[in-house]
Amino acid sequence: MQPIVIQAEDISKQYRLGLLSGKTLSEDVKRFLYRMAGKPDPLAFVGAENDRTVASADRYVWALKNINFEVRQGEVMGIIGRNGAGKSTLLKILSRVTTPTTGEIRIKGKIASLLEVGTGFHPELTGRENVFLNGAILGMSKAEIKRKFDEIVQFSGVARYIDTPVKRYSSGMYVRLAFAVAAHLEPEILVIDEVLAVGDTEFQKKCLGKIKEVAGGGRTVLFVSHNMGAVSDICDRAIMIEKGNITSEGIADAVIREYVNSTMKTDLTSHDSLKDAQFRRGSGQVRISALSMHKRGSDEELNEFDYRSDVSFNLTFRIYEPVSELYFLLALRSSLSREMVTATERIRIPVEGKTGEIQFNITLPALNLSPGVYETYYWLGSSKQEMPYDVIDNMTAPLVIRVPENESALQTGYFQLDYKTEL
Amino acid sequence: MKDKKWDLIIRPHARWLDLNLKEVWRYRDLIGQFVRRDIVAVYKQTLLGPVWFVVQPILTTVVFTFVFGSLAGLGPKDVPAVLFYMAGIIPWNYFNECLMKTSSTFTGNASIYGKVYFPRLVIPFSVVISNLAKFAVQLVLLIAVWLYYYFQGNYQFNINAYLLLLPVVIVIMAGLGLSMGILISSLTTKYRDLSFLVAFGVELLKFASTLVFPLFLIKNETYRMVIWANPMTSVIETFRYALMGKGAEMNLLALSYSAGFMVVVFFLAALLFNRVEKSFMDTV
Repeated sequence: MQPIVIQAEDISKQYRLGLLSGKTLSEDVKRFLYRMAGKPDPLAFVGAENDRTVASADRYVWALKNINFEVRQGEVMGIIGRNGAGKSTLLKILSRVTTPTTGEIRIKGKIASLLEVGTGFHPELTGRENVFLNGAILGMSKAEIKRKFDEIVQFSGVARYIDTPVKRYSSGMYVRLAFAVAAHLEPEILVIDEVLAVGDTEFQKKCLGKIKEVAGGGRTVLFVSHNMGAVSDICDRAIMIEKGNITSEGIADAVIREYVNSTMKTDLTSHDSLKDAQFRRGSGQVRISALSMHKRGSDEELNEFDYRSDVSFNLTFRIYEPVSELYFLLALRSSLSREMVTATERIRIPVEGKTGEIQFNITLPALNLSPGVYETYYWLGSSKQEMPYDVIDNMTAPLVIRVPENESALQTGYFQLDYKTEL
Repeated sequence: MKDKKWDLIIRPHARWLDLNLKEVWRYRDLIGQFVRRDIVAVYKQTLLGPVWFVVQPILTTVVFTFVFGSLAGLGPKDVPAVLFYMAGIIPWNYFNECLMKTSSTFTGNASIYGKVYFPRLVIPFSVVISNLAKFAVQLVLLIAVWLYYYFQGNYQFNINAYLLLLPVVIVIMAGLGLSMGILISSLTTKYRDLSFLVAFGVELLKFASTLVFPLFLIKNETYRMVIWANPMTSVIETFRYALMGKGAEMNLLALSYSAGFMVVVFFLAALLFNRVEKSFMDTV
């Protein structure tokens, strides 16, 4: 087993809420007097848990509370959680931007962190000058930057503008150059926060590739992101932080699934939004005015189904203006990457010239979808390349496939392949 | 597990004496880059570039010579007023700029400090060094003015051995600007009140030095002590005396006092800075 390179023990971080003025001076004095007298800080142990949605009278909050984890050498660990859960606070402590209120983190090896790309970029300086400045801020020596300079410029793809002040750069060029510098850091431990949310698709892929390369090269990486696809792609292990506590820890895919399940709106009342047809995509000649998911033959509205069970959809179409033809399509999106996982073909519905409401049922027999959460996508249109009549994309409750209880094996991918075995 | 195994331990509180100048040295390339940025970026897109470094002391000298020298009659007796004022203005400006810029180290660089770790002292050090470049250009101007008066022949300068003290004087004024600056910076991260006083206070300090009048005009011993108590007085006086050999008072005791003052304030400031830098991001 690889040696442990990061060991966090009982890390907590307390922040004061509201304005830092008025009472703080008297509190500081109180703290100082208590410390002089050898007593514990009287104000440190009040404070509520970190839930940003609930107003509270407490003036202190624990952004992190008793965090413990270990990372072994060469491991790529993802840190996931909602906004305000404490991920960034943890990274700030790891990056030594701030100190923990309690606890200790022990680190072995050279650590570098990327909480942002392009830190310290000066708009008046040229690309070349900024590469040297930014590199030095990130901890590279001048000789090191000189050695890697050509590679950095090539990776950024802004070679032509390298002697132009960066204030003349497009925002994309700026970020590309900034990431290129960061990508050529070579620490033993790398801490990355959300820097991937930059540049165009092509460059994002390049960045992800670079991070994978770094991770594959035996270096230890801590990766914080909201892009579950990227976390799943890069990380071996993950921890989930909720309200300042680690609530899940383990193999990346399993933790991600848990996270996604906890964040998806499974509230069936979201179907009410269908009543407001005015601001939806599509031309509006035909609208889906109601929809629900059921077990086959049952009236009860559900959105969680057992693995390999039938799923039946009841839809109501309302035709406002007569149309010459009507096609329907149902698709499922991955809630990790939002890509379309699967879809039905365009199903022709005979409605020529009719108006009024149509009831429509479609049943998907014994889905071999992997357990997880799938956003739903409904489409109504014609066979011609024109504007669809109606599109409902992730506006209603997602389709949730439950993890079978007796199943211990991890399922990966969106589908389970059917197979036959012989001996 | 033993601590020895680990390269870095992140703890809630720093020890009081944990200056880690070694780490600052390891980041010397970063100091170099900051210095370069400060010098290069300011005069980008100007036609005259570094010439602007000398415009300000020239104009100030002209105004001082006119207002304090001619109008108020506070000028020096047997040395050229222009040289007298310029020899005070240039070191004073250096001190003033170091102090003003380093005094906003934490508040002004929060965006960088908040994202990356490097020894926090790197930025104030780089400020002091980049201002040194400006100071060097102004020193050339001063020497040119000195040469003009020397060859013009209306004044006799006593060239003396105190000229050799100039590097020491430069270190003292750099140290004073740096120490007082980071002291103020550390004190103002949480409570900004003091920062309102700084610019104003430095302006007052200017008039409690020999910047605008020669020391021989002050006869009252108490007032003289007050003026000598300003650590910049001996710096200015030594500067003038080293150049001209007269028109100023050379006082080694006062210079040692300034040096001592600088060392004490530096350690005080470094201690406080070290204390504040670990967690100022939460309060800045």
